[in-house]
Amino acid sequence: MGEFALLSIIIFFPALGALLLLALRKFVVSDAEGVESEARIAFMTGLFVSAATFFLSLIALAYFQPAQEGFQLVEDFAWFGGQADDAGNIVGGIRYKLGLDGMSLLLVLLTTFLTPLCFLASWGSIKHRVTEYVAAFLFLETLMLGVFCALDMMLFYVFFEAGLIPMFIIIGIWGGAERVYASFKFFLYTLLGSLFMLLAVIAMYLQAGTSDIVELQTVIPQIFAVEDGKFGVQHLLWLAFFASFAVKLPMWPVHTWLPDAHVQAPTAGSVILAGVLLKMGGYGFLRFSLPMFPEASLYFQPMVFAMSVIAIVYASLVAFRQTDMKKLIAYSSVAHMGFVTLGIFSFTETGIQGAIFQMLSHGVISGALFLVVGVIYDRMHTREIAFYGGLVTKMPVYAAVFMLFTMANVGLPGTSGFIGEILTMVGSFQASSWAAAGAALGVIFSAVYMLTLYRRTVFGVMTNEKLDGIKDLTRTEAIVFAPLIIATIVLGVFPALIFDITETSVAPILAAFSGLIG
Amino acid sequence: MNWSEICAAATPEFYLAIVGLIAVLLGAILREKFTGISLKFSAVVLLGAAILSVLNLEGGTAFNGLWETDAYTNIAKAVCYFCTAIALLLAESYLFKEKLIRFEYCLLVIFASLGMGIMLSANDLMTLYLGIETLGLSSYVLAAFNRDSQRSSEAGLKYFVLGSIASGLILYGASLVYGFSGSTNYDLIAEAEMGLGLMFGLVLLVTGLAFKVSAAPLHVWTPDVYEGAPTPVVTFFASAPKLAAMVVFATILFDAFGSAIDQWQDIILIISGASMLIGAFGALRQNNMKRILAYSSIGNMGYALIALAAGEEIGGPALLVYMVIYALSQLGIFGVLLSMRRRGGMVEDISELSGLSTTMPWLAVCMTALIFSVAGIPPLGGFFGKLVVFQAGVEAGLWPIVVIGVVSSVISLGYYLRIIMIMWGGDKLAPFENMSGTVRLAVTGATLLVFPVFTVLIGWMMSLVGGSFSLG
Repeated sequence: MGEFALLSIIIFFPALGALLLLALRKFVVSDAEGVESEARIAFMTGLFVSAATFFLSLIALAYFQPAQEGFQLVEDFAWFGGQADDAGNIVGGIRYKLGLDGMSLLLVLLTTFLTPLCFLASWGSIKHRVTEYVAAFLFLETLMLGVFCALDMMLFYVFFEAGLIPMFIIIGIWGGAERVYASFKFFLYTLLGSLFMLLAVIAMYLQAGTSDIVELQTVIPQIFAVEDGKFGVQHLLWLAFFASFAVKLPMWPVHTWLPDAHVQAPTAGSVILAGVLLKMGGYGFLRFSLPMFPEASLYFQPMVFAMSVIAIVYASLVAFRQTDMKKLIAYSSVAHMGFVTLGIFSFTETGIQGAIFQMLSHGVISGALFLVVGVIYDRMHTREIAFYGGLVTKMPVYAAVFMLFTMANVGLPGTSGFIGEILTMVGSFQASSWAAAGAALGVIFSAVYMLTLYRRTVFGVMTNEKLDGIKDLTRTEAIVFAPLIIATIVLGVFPALIFDITETSVAPILAAFSGLIG
Repeated sequence: MNWSEICAAATPEFYLAIVGLIAVLLGAILREKFTGISLKFSAVVLLGAAILSVLNLEGGTAFNGLWETDAYTNIAKAVCYFCTAIALLLAESYLFKEKLIRFEYCLLVIFASLGMGIMLSANDLMTLYLGIETLGLSSYVLAAFNRDSQRSSEAGLKYFVLGSIASGLILYGASLVYGFSGSTNYDLIAEAEMGLGLMFGLVLLVTGLAFKVSAAPLHVWTPDVYEGAPTPVVTFFASAPKLAAMVVFATILFDAFGSAIDQWQDIILIISGASMLIGAFGALRQNNMKRILAYSSIGNMGYALIALAAGEEIGGPALLVYMVIYALSQLGIFGVLLSMRRRGGMVEDISELSGLSTTMPWLAVCMTALIFSVAGIPPLGGFFGKLVVFQAGVEAGLWPIVVIGVVSSVISLGYYLRIIMIMWGGDKLAPFENMSGTVRLAVTGATLLVFPVFTVLIGWMMSLVGGSFSLG
């Protein structure tokens, strides 16, 4: 048990803020001032709460000892299903257990880093029902943080699936014209996947008598040991978890909900979706699939590699044909997530380090790209690529920002995108040179579609008369992009900052494979 | 006859019977004066019965083994009486506004509760039948309570005709069981050798009880009765009698036919799978809230039946916990339905909820939580109900039915999400008329139970119910 409940405070602080905001709305907003003051108060509250959460997570970073193995800042209470031992303490069963290792700490930081930016970015573009909007984002933040901090399988599941509710509402209320279809598709796809995971969770819990992730990582490979490489229960459990994480990540061919959800979601919703929610899939692979089912992971490695390479190549080609900017970036996300799975299933230190790095870097870059699209969408209310052209003449600062993130998404050295892609490819090259070759093809394609997008929107002659009055970045927008630019470049130049923290959490994952691969 | 034994086993039911008769006299003598307070009076009476059941938690045996209560049935009884009391309080403003208030309403509900108490305490097929009929006959009249309405009378008639057939099946099954085992007592039936004749009796009993819990393929009455009967009556139907019938289903199969689980497990599995799928698909094209909730209840009974099929040790606690969470959250959902009133009367169409989140935000938040709970989405209480049921199914190795359960809960999300999307995304309509204080309180209370109370206390509930097995 931790000395003080820092993680619980971090997790539930946003939710408490949201509750307060909802409860006090009546008293704060007088009718005379109307909607505008409500929006201002709501965004101020959201910004304050999420910024405070970010500082709290920085405290967690300060307390974190990178060199120490295992989980830190652990909190552990019995929840249900356990047995009392002689001393009267409840052991086993399903627990409320939280803790951090390097990997989850970084994802927590990514979440708390992006959420305040979301509020800044939606300031002004979201005009109706702002209080509910802010509250939904704060609840979502609580649930996302819970996913990354949970050290109990059932607690993880509760946070993992509960996150669907606020995201469903965000897409469904503040989304575009086809929002209802997109939100239903998002919800049902993800739910079907995660319910199979629930069955696997139940089966594992019943066999092991505990749902403590740390214990399960040692117990499960023994209980469901694979005999002579035959297809067995371990493989079924792996498939059940895979169903959930593959939809969430998303992998080809279950990625089709993502473009719909992204296109319909409000800008900030897309940022969180691409920035954090997709990472839950990769995190799940690293936390569950690899350490708990090493033989099955190895068994399915070719399948995952094939799916990843198809995702990279196919999604890149599809992205090239898009006319909607957000859809293009959504497909580019699918391709970049392909690198993550490639790195994870290479079972090498380089590959997994690279995959974690790629998740963080993609969180920043794709979030920034959705914000870049959001900027011109707020002005012109269209995302058609053909509508734009020659923006550089009217919006020079914007063009520079857009250029930086385009290059980062392509993987230019010096930006964080480069490190993630090169490491996952090096890692997968050790496992399969063919997969790495396919992925390399994807890098070229990504340059093709991103540069085409950039050329067609920013360069050229401004032919559309409607664009005449378009304004460059406002101060708020510049404030939003500044931290993202800094993060992209700092990570690109000093990747060791990340690797120092993740090193101790990658080692135990690889230890599970020590006897399996030469 | 030993009075202390009888008191230990049957106090709440004696109390209900006596107070029910007193209420008949009060109604006959005081007439209009009693009518006004009759609902509050009987709600207090039923809360008293709930408290008495909790005080006598360990129960006992009485009437030469015709009657047996233990902690398991007493918990079920207490929740049934509590739900009925709340359903009565919820009914008040509706009955006054619709000018349906008559003191017979509360009498019928009290006697229906007495029927539930009797059938829950039954340790003998005769007692069981008495209880089922007391509940059934009161329910038929309640369904037709709005006698000037064609729909209500039709609902009452349908319910009566189909319900009588089910009762007939139960009675015929009971007589076959008696003929082939030589007794109507559960304990003695359990000792009898399983033969073809006994099997026939068992199947007929299961069929009749499946009707009572509205499980497929005997579910067809449910949407019609839900739609036709007055909403407060449906509030009552949807909570307590469902719970009672399901627990009775469990006690008879576990106590009288526990060793024959191989014989009835497959039947229950088929009923359960069919209920879940029909519940999921049936509601997709419905627009009437009451019909949607009827299909939702059919589906939910399917989930409870998974626990039943898992057998006594594994499934028993899960069944009761699931049904308790279900019954209490139904009260909240119907509380919302009862507040759907605009000038010109009650409205029931799903489109009437449009834009509820702007006109009545708190009601919309409550309804969203309750619907997600019934759909089984964490972190709401209903998820934990489904979790323990699935856990029982997996532990008993019933993989196919659990997978059907998973698939149908995704399908059923199709209509649950539709309700939520209409409330949050639809165009703004005029707000509903002011809700009465009791309705507001009940909806809020049910929402708080669903989250966070059940979420935090699920462990305590499981150990309480699980422990009741060792007591009984």
